[in-house]
Amino acid sequence: MNTIDIVIVGGGPAGLAAAVAAKNAGCDSILILERDSELGGILNQCIHNGFGLHTFKEELTGPEYAGRFITQALELGIEYKLNTMVMDISPEKVITAMNKEDGMFQIQAKSVILAMGCRERPRGALNIPGYRPAGIFSAGTAQRLVNIEGYMPGREVVILGSGDIGLIMARRMTLEGAKVKVVAELMPYSGGLKRNIVQCLDDYGIPLKLSHTVIDIEGREHITAVTIAEVGPDRKPVPGTEERYTCDTLLLSCGLIPENELSQSAGVEMSRITSGPVVNESLETNIPGVFACGNVLHVHDLVDYVSEEAGRAGLNAVKYVNGLLDSNASGKIIKLAATDGARYTVPSTIDPGRMDDNLTVRFRVGDVYKDSYVSVYYGEERVQHRKRQILAPGEMEQVIVKKEDLLARPDMDSITIKIEKE
Amino acid sequence: MTYDVIVIGAGVTGAAVARELSRYQTEVCVLEKEEDVCCGTSKANSAIIHAGYDCEPGSNMAKMNVRGNEMMDQLCKDLDIPFKRNGSLVVCIHEELLPGLKDLYDRGVKNGVPGMKLLSREEALEMEPNISDDVKGALYAETAGIICPFKLNIAMAENANVNGVDFRFNTRVEKLERKEDGLWHIRTNNGEYTAKYVVNAAGVYADVFHNMVSSEKINIIERRGEYYLLDRTVGDHVSHTIFPQPTKYGKGILVAPTVHGNLLVGPTAIDQEDKDATNTTQFGLNEISAKASENVKNLPLRSVITSFSGLRAHEDHHEFILGEVKDAPGFIDCAGIESPGLTSSPAIGEYIADLLRDKMGLTKKENWIGTRKDILDPKKLTLEERNELIKKEPAYGQIICRCESVTEGEILDAIHRPLGARSLDGVKRRTRAGMGRCQSGFCSPRVMDILSRELGLPLTEITKSGGKSNIVLEHSKEVAE
Repeated sequence: MNTIDIVIVGGGPAGLAAAVAAKNAGCDSILILERDSELGGILNQCIHNGFGLHTFKEELTGPEYAGRFITQALELGIEYKLNTMVMDISPEKVITAMNKEDGMFQIQAKSVILAMGCRERPRGALNIPGYRPAGIFSAGTAQRLVNIEGYMPGREVVILGSGDIGLIMARRMTLEGAKVKVVAELMPYSGGLKRNIVQCLDDYGIPLKLSHTVIDIEGREHITAVTIAEVGPDRKPVPGTEERYTCDTLLLSCGLIPENELSQSAGVEMSRITSGPVVNESLETNIPGVFACGNVLHVHDLVDYVSEEAGRAGLNAVKYVNGLLDSNASGKIIKLAATDGARYTVPSTIDPGRMDDNLTVRFRVGDVYKDSYVSVYYGEERVQHRKRQILAPGEMEQVIVKKEDLLARPDMDSITIKIEKE
Repeated sequence: MTYDVIVIGAGVTGAAVARELSRYQTEVCVLEKEEDVCCGTSKANSAIIHAGYDCEPGSNMAKMNVRGNEMMDQLCKDLDIPFKRNGSLVVCIHEELLPGLKDLYDRGVKNGVPGMKLLSREEALEMEPNISDDVKGALYAETAGIICPFKLNIAMAENANVNGVDFRFNTRVEKLERKEDGLWHIRTNNGEYTAKYVVNAAGVYADVFHNMVSSEKINIIERRGEYYLLDRTVGDHVSHTIFPQPTKYGKGILVAPTVHGNLLVGPTAIDQEDKDATNTTQFGLNEISAKASENVKNLPLRSVITSFSGLRAHEDHHEFILGEVKDAPGFIDCAGIESPGLTSSPAIGEYIADLLRDKMGLTKKENWIGTRKDILDPKKLTLEERNELIKKEPAYGQIICRCESVTEGEILDAIHRPLGARSLDGVKRRTRAGMGRCQSGFCSPRVMDILSRELGLPLTEITKSGGKSNIVLEHSKEVAE
């Protein structure tokens, strides 16, 4: 069996950034395993702009953003295999993968970086009643058909869910000549970025109906209409609010699910809230040497943050391979908690000895909060209290934790992030 | 086109009749209005092989159920399809209903069902820890099983086809009558067919055809059943098929593992007046959750990956109508085939074929092939065998459906074998591509590409399930030709 220092599962933005960072840190034995026929992952079908403002200080399309990292990876001579599906990762870090040329093969990895991304929640999991005709797509599948394959699913579109891909596809379908009749969102707020609501819906006069959902799908062979109804605070349809929309396409953008089947088969501990691995300050899972980054860890709003996070995972993997990750370990584990409106934190624990001078802790809120404070407590002591005009579930938030502050509080063993009214 | 026998319907009953008839020297054709086999009731049911304790003793249902159950091991071996005798439990949660369990047991004995046992509360809980704590007793039937209904239907049809039976898809029977030449004249949207005998295996439409030829009318009600299918991660929540006690509307909402490792919960039972009302409803879906939770605790309904509904062909007298229609010589009914229809199908096939053999004086073919190989599942191979296969056929090295680990090789096999797949759903039912937790979000564009390439059809003509179920409408403007 071949032994490789760092095997990266997934050649999308997370996998590429991790690989580039690891190579730049001096690791020469890196292999990216990518299931698609090209590197770049989902960015290849995201032909709209808005990528890279943080990373490159300029606005790029998805393929351009991916291209920057692919070029670096190629120039650095990082090895990769395309059309290769990872079938299993064992707790001992043996990777079983398969492609047409190599057949089924196994690799002993010293370190594994999980970068498999996420998938869309399908209709079945949403329990939308009605027929099951053709013409119902997750927004990302439709995006692939339109942007990569060059085909239009239909001309009269209803979108359920206001996730970012749904919003982007509302604009994309409109630009292709389709009529997007309405975007219905179950929640009283959108799951997408504010800028996407403005640029993809408002600019094109597409109505967004919050607290609405699809309650019936018509059409035996092909979809012909949907019924949308308002939902009450219990998210149940309110009788008498039904509206019927004829359509030939229903797109679903109702949430993304980190794709962790492989992580679970390896025995990685999972968070029930993010559906991603539980990681420490080094983005390391409960299995030493197995790291996670990008949307497989928690669903991000901007790819720039994915790249930054993945770069850290790459560096830590190199440290692990070189036996340096634990060299400064303090043996002390500080637990992070998210309460009072904050839903989760990544990471979940911090070893102050292993952390960088500044550590970015990312989280999301569970509702829309106006004129509220993001507070950070070290133990019982409130150390950060930052006023925010608006906090929304669609946007990822972050706070910075300083190493010196943690070292100055040797007895403190928990950090809590809260959303407070004052 | 003239045949000896025309079978209307390529569901599990029609396929079973066709396969049994294919043993004999006779010309048989199956007419199917859909684009594939297994498109009606046969594709949307509980996937259960029933033991046979709840049918009325002496009825066709009882006889066919018990005989069909008995035939299943050998049949599934011959056809190379998965079948598991996981056993079933009828759970009683009300003390006052305990005598009902004994009644079921007694009926089972009368029907000749082997391997039944009445269990105490403790025995039941020991056998199946996740049944309700309210359990007062249970009826265990060891011969009950689970099967893949698609594979049973497809395999029987395919085997019939290999043995000379013709299948005509997208062929809807519009009118049939017996003319003076003594032949049945069958008008379809694809021309006229004639046959000496007609077998009516038309599922929920069987009353329409029966009533075209007979003055003794029958009535079939479409009794809808809605289901939830749960993810494979919770497929072991129960290991037996868990039934409530039956009512006049049927066997009630069951919880069962599937042969593919999922968990199936359903069906509801609501009478319709529409032979195509295969939609699910909020009411129905709510009922599944409420009722199933009465018998099984901690049901992981968070893990639902899809819901669907099927229509039972419920005949007014709740009985299988089998045999020649009195005032229509040569017209053979297989009508009212609802539960336990899937279990009974091989027995019905045998019964109808025997009947026609005797009527027509048929003799057996010498070269009949009773076995077939299912689509090869590379997951069952060792690493070495799998690599040998990929070396010979590299398509087996390319995963197309990530959730169910289906390779391109399996999909090519599904398309190119006899009565091969021509649509996304056809590929799905044969290979499970698209059947997993992402419900084809990942693989559907890839399977469409393969279908388009292999069938030589433009992508715009690839359908989900035939007819007008085209998936994409047209080229987007950038690539307009």
